[in-house]
Amino acid sequence: MATKHHVTTTVNGDPAEFLCTPEQTLLDVLRDVLYLTGSKEGCASGDCGACSVILDGRLVCSCLVLGVEAEGRDVETIEGMAHGDELHPLQQKFLEHAALQCGICTPGFLVAAKALLARNPDPTETEVRYWLAGNLCRCTGYDKIVRAVLDAAAEMRGN
Amino acid sequence: MKEAVELLAKHDGAAHVLAGGTDLLVKLRSGFVAPQVVIDVKAIPQLRGVESDARGFRIGAATSCAELAEHAAFSAAWPGVVEALHLIGSTQIQGRATAGGNLCNASPAADSVPAMIAAGAICQVAGPGGEREVPVEKIVTGPGRTSLGRGEFVVGFRLPKPLPRSGDAYLRLIPRTEMDIAVVGVGVSLALDEKGVCTHARVGLGAVAPTPLLVEAAGKALVGTRIDDAALAALAAATSAVCKPIDDKRGTVAYRIKVAGVLARRAAAIALDRARGRNA
Repeated sequence: MATKHHVTTTVNGDPAEFLCTPEQTLLDVLRDVLYLTGSKEGCASGDCGACSVILDGRLVCSCLVLGVEAEGRDVETIEGMAHGDELHPLQQKFLEHAALQCGICTPGFLVAAKALLARNPDPTETEVRYWLAGNLCRCTGYDKIVRAVLDAAAEMRGN
Repeated sequence: MKEAVELLAKHDGAAHVLAGGTDLLVKLRSGFVAPQVVIDVKAIPQLRGVESDARGFRIGAATSCAELAEHAAFSAAWPGVVEALHLIGSTQIQGRATAGGNLCNASPAADSVPAMIAAGAICQVAGPGGEREVPVEKIVTGPGRTSLGRGEFVVGFRLPKPLPRSGDAYLRLIPRTEMDIAVVGVGVSLALDEKGVCTHARVGLGAVAPTPLLVEAAGKALVGTRIDDAALAALAAATSAVCKPIDDKRGTVAYRIKVAGVLARRAAAIALDRARGRNA
C-alpha cells in the first residue's frame, strides 16, 4: 500500500484537505474521499466528459488528473453551481428545455457549459457544439442541451 | 530540472514523466504501465509557457494545447502548428494535453508532430549529461518508443521565426469532424521569394508509418517552383511514395496512401495562401 499524500486545495471556494494515494485520480478523491458525488465516472479515459470540473479556470476531465495535482489549486465542481436552493441559469434552462433524460452526463455538461459562458458569453450554436464535443450524452441527442445552453447564455447576458 | 533527471535516471524504466496526463492516466488506469515513480514536470518553470525573441519561439514542453492556441503571437507565426495542437481531443483534453506529451507518447498518429516537423521545430532534451537539442523528427523511433536515453526528458521546443512570405498548415483526415484519431495527417511549411518562387518547403507526415515522418522528397518537389499544379502533383506523389501504413478499421493501406498525397496537396495550398498573405 503506497503512502498517502496530504493535499491542501480549494473546492468550490472553500479550503479542503484530503489524503490520497499517488494513483488516485481527482475524480476518485472528489467522489470517494470528499463525498462530492455529482461528478460522474463514465469512461475513466477522458472521452465522455461526465467527470468535468474546472481546475484553475480550465475545464478538465477529473478522471485524467491525479488527486495530488490538486495541491494549491482551485477546483470547481457541479456542487458549487447552485447557490442553496437557487439554481444556476444553466441548471434552470436544462430543466425547462428537458435537456436531460437519465442525467448521468448532466453534471459534466453543466460544468462544461459554465466554463464556456465564462469565456464566451455569446457563443454561436457551432461554438457551443464544438465546445461540448467532449461531453457525450446517449439519451437526448444533444439538440435540447445546445438550445438550453444558448437560452441560458441569452438570459445571463440580460436579453 | 536536476531532481527530475536524477529521479528518471535512478528509476530507469520504472519512472514516468507526467505532463498533461491525458495519455499517462489512461495507461495507468488500464494497467498498461505500472510505474514506481511518477514525476509531475509541470511544476518546473522551464517547462511552462511561450517565449519569443529575434530568433523565434521557445515553448515549454508541458504547456497545454489550450494555452498555446490562446497565444496570439505564436498562433499568428505558426498557424499550422497551432491548428494541429488544437485538434488534439476535446476542450477538456485541450486544457491538459501538452506538445511535449503528444511527442513523447510516440503515437504514429499524433497530430502535433507532423506539423512540428514541417515547422522545423527543435526539441530541447534534458538529461544527466546536460541539455541537448534534437530535431523533432529524431525523437519517435516506433509506436510508443523514443530515442530519449536514460534520465532524459523533453523540456521544450524551439521554433524559428517564420521567414518572410512563409506559411504553414496541418490537415488530418478522420471519418467525422471531431474527437477521432488521424487516419492520415500532413503538415506543410513553405516560403516564397519576392517573385513567388518557393525557396523552402518541409512536409511532415503522420499515421501512415510506424513513426511520424519528414518527407524530404515532397519538400524538394516544391522548391524552385511557383507551386503550380505540376509541383503539387509531384509533392503528392512523393508523399504517397513514403507511406507504409497499416490496414485497420479506420482505413486500408491503399486508401491511406492515396489520401496522404491528397492531404499534402491541400495542406500545401493552404500554406501557400498564408505565405502570399504574409509579406513581412
